[in-house]
Amino acid sequence: MTAHAPGPSFICRLLSGDLPRSRILTVILIAIVVGLVVAPFLVPGARSLNTSAKILIFIALVASYDLLLGYTGIVSFAHTMFFGIGAYGIAIASTRMEPGWTALAVGTLCAILLSVVLATIIGLFSLRVRAVFFAMITLAVATAFSTLMSQLSEWTGGEDGITFKMPQIFQPAYRLFEEPVLGIVINGRILSYYAILVAVVALFLLMLRIANSPFGRVLQAIRENPFRTEAIGYRTVLYRTIASVISAVFATLAGVLMAIWLRYNGPDTTLSLEIMVDILLITVIGGMGTLYGAIVGAVLFMVAQTYLQDVMVLVSKASEHIPLVATLAHPDRWLLWLGLLFVLSIYYFPQGVVGSLRDRARGT
Amino acid sequence: MSNPVTAPITSDIPRQPLDWLPVALPLIVAIAAFPLVGNPWTWLTLTVAGLAMGMIIFMVSSGLMLVFGLMDVLNFGHGAFIALGAYVGLAVLMPLTPWVEATSVLLNSAVFALALCAGVIVAGVVGFVFDRLLIQPVYGTHLKQILMTTGGLIIVEQLIRAIWGAETVSFNLPASLRGSWLLGEAAVERYRIVALGIGSAVFLGLLLVLTRTRIGLMIRAGVENREMLEAMGYRTRHLFVGVFVVGAMLAGLGGVMWGLYLQNFTASIGAQINVLIFIVIIIGGLGSTTGCLIGALLVGLTSNYVGFAAPKIALFSNILLMLLILLWRPQGLYRVVDR
Amino acid sequence: MADKGAPLLVLDKVETRIGPYHILHGVDLVVPEGGATMLLGRNGAGKTTTARTVMALWRASAGSITFGGRDITREDAPTIARLGVGYVPESMGIFSDLTVAENLRLAAISGHLDPKRLDVIFSAFPAIKRFWLGRAGTLSGGQKQMLSIARAIVEPRRLLIIDEPTKGLAPAIIANMIGVFRDLKATGVTILMIEQNFALARAIGDTVAVMEDGRIVHHGSMAELADDDALQRRLLGLSMSAHQ
Repeated sequence: MTAHAPGPSFICRLLSGDLPRSRILTVILIAIVVGLVVAPFLVPGARSLNTSAKILIFIALVASYDLLLGYTGIVSFAHTMFFGIGAYGIAIASTRMEPGWTALAVGTLCAILLSVVLATIIGLFSLRVRAVFFAMITLAVATAFSTLMSQLSEWTGGEDGITFKMPQIFQPAYRLFEEPVLGIVINGRILSYYAILVAVVALFLLMLRIANSPFGRVLQAIRENPFRTEAIGYRTVLYRTIASVISAVFATLAGVLMAIWLRYNGPDTTLSLEIMVDILLITVIGGMGTLYGAIVGAVLFMVAQTYLQDVMVLVSKASEHIPLVATLAHPDRWLLWLGLLFVLSIYYFPQGVVGSLRDRARGT
Repeated sequence: MSNPVTAPITSDIPRQPLDWLPVALPLIVAIAAFPLVGNPWTWLTLTVAGLAMGMIIFMVSSGLMLVFGLMDVLNFGHGAFIALGAYVGLAVLMPLTPWVEATSVLLNSAVFALALCAGVIVAGVVGFVFDRLLIQPVYGTHLKQILMTTGGLIIVEQLIRAIWGAETVSFNLPASLRGSWLLGEAAVERYRIVALGIGSAVFLGLLLVLTRTRIGLMIRAGVENREMLEAMGYRTRHLFVGVFVVGAMLAGLGGVMWGLYLQNFTASIGAQINVLIFIVIIIGGLGSTTGCLIGALLVGLTSNYVGFAAPKIALFSNILLMLLILLWRPQGLYRVVDR
Repeated sequence: MADKGAPLLVLDKVETRIGPYHILHGVDLVVPEGGATMLLGRNGAGKTTTARTVMALWRASAGSITFGGRDITREDAPTIARLGVGYVPESMGIFSDLTVAENLRLAAISGHLDPKRLDVIFSAFPAIKRFWLGRAGTLSGGQKQMLSIARAIVEPRRLLIIDEPTKGLAPAIIANMIGVFRDLKATGVTILMIEQNFALARAIGDTVAVMEDGRIVHHGSMAELADDDALQRRLLGLSMSAHQ
């Protein structure tokens, strides 16, 4: 049950009553939001803008996964598949049709439709069986999808992927104003960035609303004790399926945003197991079942991934003569350290950052 | 143990009807594929290839199936043992290239056996560590199990990459295992027959241990009702570690065989076969060795027939197979575990 | 029969929780050696929970359990079984996939079956001899119950915890069982039995404990309870003599 703390009622309603419930967390969240809003001006440069955009997209992606894992208690390995469907939807639409707003609309709609159908089939079919079977089946389906995308090279560009154009105002050459504002030229990239920002904020608030609705509370009840919830009269298969469909749709939208930003999509951009692991890791470290965990986790993760790998290169070079250290510190081993961190945090740190901050605030 | 009982009245023992339909499935698939393939010699080659592949898949899946059935633990990291097996086998064969290339069957067999043993031992040791560090701490919570073991798979795969590199590696079969025997116009690869032989031996061995030994008795009982077994005085924890390690060893064995079967592979070999193993286990049913074998044979046969007839949908054919069988028998071909 | 023998099993203020449910609220129970103690009570009183807690299938959250002078509160089920405690659960716990012979072989922790004991089992339960090589899953309900009891006595035990052995059985079989349990008692083994069938309880029980809402509300000799109709009605909601 969410505690309704006293506060400005507008904020309360905006966040659907799910306040941070921790001073430190509130400060962190405000800092992150402000940071993301002013990022293009604060830290100019393509690399930092790219990092910020990826943070935004991953916030949406991980939050949608948290709805599934944290709130409903379902482990699925097919999340990257829906992410990819969104991205490929835009990619294919923008290459088969005239790139522009219509292509975006068509791509998004088709992608969402496909995701809904797939998620429903997977859900209804395999949520009847045990959780581990569901996880296995999602892995199988996701792998099959990834193979399919690589093979349909005529449509998807196969292993190499495809590049495509965006509507005019998102194109890099576009200028909103002739003169730079606050030192930065407002070009298509900046506009894309802010469009994505607005979209992600809207999606996140929507997910908060869903998580804190009666529907969300049933999901949590199912997570805690599925038998009892079924006994009370809730058809758990139905609820779980709806939850996985909702989660899939949000992931698809995140994929759409990804395509808009990168103007490129390939199997490694969205469908790889590495991204699935990233999602799992961020969800767990951020804090399962909190949604805010996605925000905190995504920021931590992206910043670490972008800048820590630089550190790794330095360490690797410096320890060239110590064979083992050099190999292990090599940035190619990024996934190894990720895996270790993943395992350690599940065991020692299951409530994640947000969970710990909230526990602290509660005095537990 | 001497049976002090006089022969029971056999007419009183209720006859257990033998569930033969699943056993017939591979045969049915093979026959059904014949018209799709057309050429009988190609069909023969494909069938042998499918059975051999199925046997290897059985070897790598059997351990996981027992562990899952016995202790309700799903090890998503099972592929790690397979990858280790393949790479350790490679590590043994590389420095012993002269033995590999020699034409002496004795030397070839020796180096082959050595590679198999190395794969089994290393996988067993890593399996023990895996169980201690990743499975035991989160025993009982399925969610954490899935997450932890996935993490374990990644860590092992990355370590393999760190040690052996990320590029594709090649395996050379020992000389006398190369080539094929000609049956009419069909080329039946020698190695595949060997795989069939070893796989059958493993299957028979497992079956014998499960039905004729005391440990097998404990495992079969534990798969059905672990709690009762504990209440009868047996430490199932120890039993489980043993089964887990043996499962890892079997995966290591299968890994060496699989690596030789593919001849070219990368560190992701484990993750790639994970999906196939899961399909086999779902098809076979929990805790049933025979079900696992049949599931594996079906997957092997399907992959080869479809791979020949319509390569693009090869992976889907296995998923479709799984769905069809689940529609027929939702608990898998043989239901043993009663949950 | 009068109480005789030192306390073999002692539960002292034992509490058990299962998830959020507090089932046992401080159970004080003494099972004297060499006799049969009947654990009676309405459904949901906590009798099976008590049995399972003694067997460490569920952890006691408070209190202590002593067996033969040894504290077994923190021990696990296999240890307790090896101390000489045989358990016959309500669900019988038969391994359906194994044969009758295999079920019994497994129950013999030492590894081999004593022919003399087997003869006792065969004479008490002829079906076990008849279906020796048959799959245990094909036995009828009554035969499974017999197998479950046979498993618990295939080797010498100090204490037998038996949970509702006559549930769902025909009266003729129950009458047979009374004889079996009487013979068992004669061998010196202590029995703690949960039973709803009062004929059986009265026929073989020496001491009786009545449970209600996770506590023992009455403890005394069976003879005393059997003679006191009013007490029976108060504790059990009915009189034993009316339910023969």
